[in-house]
Amino acid sequence: MAPTVLGAKQVSKRFGALAVLDRVDFHVQEGEAIGIVGPNGAGKTTLMNVLSGTLTPSDGHVELLGEDVTASSAADRCHRGLSKTHQIPLPFLGMTVFENIYVAASHGAALTGEAGYELTYESLKLCGMLAIANRKAETIGLLDRKRLELARALATRPKILLLDEIGGGLTDAETSELVETIRELRRRGISIVWIEHIVHVLLQVVERLICMDAGRIIADGEPIAVMKDKAVVEAYLGRTPE
Amino acid sequence: MTGAFVVERWTTASRIGFLVIAFAIVVLVAAPIVLKAGTLDRLTALFIYVMLAAMWNALAGYGGLVSIGQQLFFGLGAYFTVRLADAGLNPFASTIAAALIVAGIAWAMSHFMLQLRGGEFAIGMWVLSELTHLLVNLDRLVQGETGTSLISMNVYDPDNRRIAIYLLAFGIMVALLGALYALLRSKSGAAIQAIRDNEVAATSVGVDVLKTKRILFVLAAFGIGLAGALWLCSALTFQPKTYFSVQWTAYMIFMVLVGGIGKFEGAILGALLFFTIETWFGGTGVWYLIGLGLAAVVFSLFFPKGIWGAIEQRFGITLLPIGYRLKIIGGAE
Repeated sequence: MAPTVLGAKQVSKRFGALAVLDRVDFHVQEGEAIGIVGPNGAGKTTLMNVLSGTLTPSDGHVELLGEDVTASSAADRCHRGLSKTHQIPLPFLGMTVFENIYVAASHGAALTGEAGYELTYESLKLCGMLAIANRKAETIGLLDRKRLELARALATRPKILLLDEIGGGLTDAETSELVETIRELRRRGISIVWIEHIVHVLLQVVERLICMDAGRIIADGEPIAVMKDKAVVEAYLGRTPE
Repeated sequence: MTGAFVVERWTTASRIGFLVIAFAIVVLVAAPIVLKAGTLDRLTALFIYVMLAAMWNALAGYGGLVSIGQQLFFGLGAYFTVRLADAGLNPFASTIAAALIVAGIAWAMSHFMLQLRGGEFAIGMWVLSELTHLLVNLDRLVQGETGTSLISMNVYDPDNRRIAIYLLAFGIMVALLGALYALLRSKSGAAIQAIRDNEVAATSVGVDVLKTKRILFVLAAFGIGLAGALWLCSALTFQPKTYFSVQWTAYMIFMVLVGGIGKFEGAILGALLFFTIETWFGGTGVWYLIGLGLAAVVFSLFFPKGIWGAIEQRFGITLLPIGYRLKIIGGAE
C-alpha cells in the first residue's frame, strides 16, 4: 500500500457548544484522489480548513508527510507540500493574474527569478490563463477566478491538493474543462482531496468517496458503493429508498 | 518552453521617469548654491513630509497596518538624538544612531503589537505613543514639558548647518525611498501586496505574513524615527508634546489618502500637495485645519484611490513599476 501523505486523527472542532467536527479519522494515500460529499453544514469545509492550517482543531492531530503539523501555520504546511483552493475564490485583486501566481511560486515553492517565472508560466498554461496573464485580478470573472485559485495552488508545487468546491457556480462545460486539468494533475502524481456537490463531476476523477454528515464521516469507500449506502442516501439525498 | 516568453519589469514611462528623477536629484543637490535660507528650510520640511508619507503608506497601504500612533517613532527619533548628543556624540551621527535604536524598539514591539488586528492595532499604537510620551517626560534632561535643545548644533555656523541638514535630509529621503522601492520590487514586495489584498490567501500560498509585516513595521519606524531626528536638527528645540503629537500621524494619513494609498508615487504626490497647501494656507490658522479635514473627507468619498490612483486609472501609466508583465514571444503558446 502507498504511504499515507495526509491524515486527521480523531480531529474535533467546536465553536462554542457547536461541534462542527466530531472525532474525524481520515487518511490520504500517496497519489490517491478522494471526493468528499455531504449536506450543507456537514463539516466538509471545516475539515479542509483544519487540514490546511487555516483553523486549529479543538482536539486531535493532523499529520502531513509523516509529521505532526497540528500546530503549524498554513504557510508552513504549504512549504511542506499541501495546497488548497478556496471555496469562494480569494484572488489578490490589486495584482495581475501573473503576479498572483508568482507570489505562490516565489513563496510557496521558493523559486524566484527565472525559475519562478518558468513555474508561473507553466501553471498559467496548464490552467489556460496565458491570454489574460496581465489582466488585473479584479477584472476577471468567476470561471477565471476559479482557474486562478487552481493555478496559484499549483505554483506552490503541491504534493497534496485540497479543492473546495472548485466547480461550484460553473456551467457543465466550464466544469468539464477544470476536470481535465485536475485529471492532468493526478497523472503528475499529486494526491487530491476534493469537496464537491456535483457528484457526477467528482466521479470522473476520484476513486474513493467519503460522505460526511453532522461533523462525522458516515461512509468511506468505493464511490458507487458509497452513493448506494443507506445512511448516505438518507443524509445526503434526503429520501428513503423504496 | 524556455524562451517562449519574457517577463518585463520596466516600462517606457518608467525609463523616462528615472531620467527625470536623476535630473531632479542633481538639481536638488545643487540647490543650496542658489536658494535662500528660508527656502532651504522649507524644502527640508518637504523631504521630511515625503519620508513620513512614504513610511505610513508602506505600513498601511501595503501592509494593511493602519496605525494612528506613528508619532511614537517620530518623538523617539528626536528624543534619542537629544540624548545621544547630550552624551557627547556628534549631533548628525546621533540622528542615524537614534533611528537605529528606534528600529530596535519597533522590532521588540512588533512581537506583541502585530498580534493585534485592525482597530485594536490602530488604537494600541496611539496608547503606546502616549505612554512613551509620559516616560520621556520623566527624563531629567527633558524636564517634563519644558523640553530641551540640541545644544551641540551651536558649534556649527548657522548657514553651513542649514545646508548640511538640507543635504542630510535629502540624502536620507532618497535612500529611504530607494530602499522601500527595492523592497517592493523584491520577492517580499509581491508578498506585501498579496497580504494587502488578502491575508488568508497569502498565508495559504506560503507567505509568512507575520515576518513580512514585521519588515514593514520596523522599516516604517526607522524611517519615521529618522524624520523626527531630522525635524529636531532643523528646529533645535525638543518639547515632547510637539513631537509626540497625534497631529503628525494625521498629516501622514492626509498625505497618503489624498495622494493615493498603496501607491508608491501616491505618497510622494500627497506630500507635495500637503506641502503646497501648508505653504499657501498655513497662515490662516484654524481654517487651514478645517480645509485639510474637508479635503480628506472629499477624497475618501469620491477618489478613494487618491490622485495618483486616478491618474493611473485614467492614463494607464506607472512611473515606478513594481509589477511583472508577461510577454509571449512570437505568438508561441
